[in-house]
Amino acid sequence: MTLKLKYFGMVAEASGKEEELLDGAFLSVQELEEGLLLKYPNLSEINFKVAVNQNIVERDFKLKGDEEVALLPPFAGG
Amino acid sequence: MKLSNEEKNRYSRHILLDSVGEEGQEKLKSAKVLVVGAGGLGCPVLQYLTAVGVGIIGIIDFDIVDETNLQRQILFTVDDIGTNKAKAAKDRLEKLNPFITHNVYPEKLTTKNALSLFSQYDIIVDGTDNFSTRYLVNDACVITNKPLVYGAIYKFEGQVTVFNYKNGPTYRCLFPEPPKAGSVPNCSEIGVIGVLPGLIGTQQANEVIKMVLGIGEPLSGKLLTYDSLNNSSLILNISRSQVQVQKVVTEKDNFENIDYDFFCGIVPSNHLNQISIEELKEWFDSDSDFQLVDVREEWEQPRVEKDNVLIAPLHDLGNFADKISTKKKVVVICQHGIRSIAAIEQLEKEYNFNNLFNLQGGIINW
Repeated sequence: MTLKLKYFGMVAEASGKEEELLDGAFLSVQELEEGLLLKYPNLSEINFKVAVNQNIVERDFKLKGDEEVALLPPFAGG
Repeated sequence: MKLSNEEKNRYSRHILLDSVGEEGQEKLKSAKVLVVGAGGLGCPVLQYLTAVGVGIIGIIDFDIVDETNLQRQILFTVDDIGTNKAKAAKDRLEKLNPFITHNVYPEKLTTKNALSLFSQYDIIVDGTDNFSTRYLVNDACVITNKPLVYGAIYKFEGQVTVFNYKNGPTYRCLFPEPPKAGSVPNCSEIGVIGVLPGLIGTQQANEVIKMVLGIGEPLSGKLLTYDSLNNSSLILNISRSQVQVQKVVTEKDNFENIDYDFFCGIVPSNHLNQISIEELKEWFDSDSDFQLVDVREEWEQPRVEKDNVLIAPLHDLGNFADKISTKKKVVVICQHGIRSIAAIEQLEKEYNFNNLFNLQGGIINW
């Protein structure tokens, strides 16, 4: 199973990419976040919300493993 | 509200549209919209709301026009530098459309003035540049039951949505907690491509117009993200969180006393030593033995031209750590007193400094 990840703003800067495919057995958004924190330690400094298949969800949201997941930090600028 | 013949002529391209017509144009004329912040986002919002004929437009901004604003804040000219933004915007907008009433509030939006101000308008537009005002604007909209047209930008990317519209989600439903203070920089700290606020602000104006006219689908419950580098956009669904909304409603009577800077962590933790700009001037005048560490970029103005200044931009701070005194008092400064807090945290955590003072509010008022 492969997740399609999309990164925005500072999350894209922390990961060094705007999107990637990720294999792994992540059962929830929380597990995915933990996996990403190991891969990209700089992410720990960044607040973000997660959208799964275009729906903003909470950390306990269950993943099937083939979703499109977006990591979305808040922006301050105006 | 009826249109004069002159107005009918001015708005003829609207009136030709079936879904606007004279009736729609009258709705725009009767509409009252408050724009919070006349900066990068506020300028295009104000320009279009004025052009399309929104009858009463409020503009609140305490800030003054600065040369670095002109790259993106399209209402202003060189002649406006040093003038309050709300006032300068009104002068420019009146030339565009004299049929509009522009109410100017050259002051800071606070918990003391927000509720009475918001209740005089139908729709609120957020064009602010910091989290504490964004949470304040959201909460005041929840309390006064006004829809909030939200826009926010970061370098080349933007977000647009409509909050609190017909029981839709609010800003807190999307982002319940503010990010750590200083962790998300704003345009003046990290830059922004000039046209981006134009794109996002224009989308915000469009959302206002749709809500006033009752046409199309406002972006309620939907967050539009836009990347100007590859023109990609996404629409993400946001759900209303009754818990988050209720938090604001419960605190309603206490709203005036809420410290939004504190909520956003801008009032720093207890151990942090603060110094005011007056105190700093006294230190200079009395020849106190201290070092001043400026963590801004070299081109940022105003500069402090003194002998004891070390320029150590935040992104490169580690390379200057050995030049920062561990014996004397050290005042860390930046433009608004936000990056300097981040710098102090880094220096204390990674290099064990314990002699650092933060210049409260930054050097902008030097």
